[in-house]
Amino acid sequence: MPSRQPPVDYIERTREVYGSLGFPAYRWVANQPLAELARTDKPQSRWRVGLVASGGIYAEGQIAFHHRDDLSYREIARDMPLDALRTTHFAYDMADARRDPNVVFPLATLRELAADGVIGEVAPRAYTFMGGIYSAGRVRDTLAPALADRLQADAVDVALMVPV
Amino acid sequence: MGLVAREVEARGIPTVSLSSALSITRSVGAPRAVFLDFPLGRTAGRVFDAPMQRDIVRRALDLLRDAHQPGTVLDLDYRWATDDAWKDDVMKRDSRGVRADTPQYQCAADAAAADPGCPTCVWLTA
Repeated sequence: MPSRQPPVDYIERTREVYGSLGFPAYRWVANQPLAELARTDKPQSRWRVGLVASGGIYAEGQIAFHHRDDLSYREIARDMPLDALRTTHFAYDMADARRDPNVVFPLATLRELAADGVIGEVAPRAYTFMGGIYSAGRVRDTLAPALADRLQADAVDVALMVPV
Repeated sequence: MGLVAREVEARGIPTVSLSSALSITRSVGAPRAVFLDFPLGRTAGRVFDAPMQRDIVRRALDLLRDAHQPGTVLDLDYRWATDDAWKDDVMKRDSRGVRADTPQYQCAADAAAADPGCPTCVWLTA
């Protein structure tokens, strides 16, 4: 097998594409690592696991995301059937996600791990939004606190975050 | 998503992120992450490959239990293909869709089925 090439540098590629279109360079967020990480004393087999995904997932019966800096989010019940899940997004290849939502929204995977006793349970609802929101400030000041409020209210022990 | 993870972590809830965009995950300072070196849109594994999808989530959850160093990224070491030629063409041109500000349904039937008062759709204003 040919040797593995370095990961794609999406920050650099975005700069190149925007530059070629005559746009100013996108200013990616550059943060220092957090000073310390949170911990839980519970064993993994008792965790209530929250799920947050940004692949533009919605369920049949819900209003879809729009593609211009949509700051809204959707609640998806933990027992939602896979065939009721949809995806919409302006910037990634959804071909696989539309056939198998688990590739961007591993709800069924978590259900299996709960059924097998690896984790305690899946939180009652997952949260989804559509990434690619241009303003990092809006994500930081509005969307992130709203989602954190919900995860706290759901009393999750840990959270799995799935961007695309 | 890294910004959301940081907020959740700061509230005292440990998070782990899946990532296929290592440079972005590092730049935004995600608290902990596992890296899957796949084209975007398969962050949680290959289509219909349930054993791989399970392994990825399990290893992410194990990292959640075991990693205490801020910014830890675990490389899952999966390969998308036998060679990495796919990386050459990624984002070499602008392939983004139109930024429409009306709901973009996967199919027309969804538009008809959508509940205008959707109680599980949450709107925020900046």
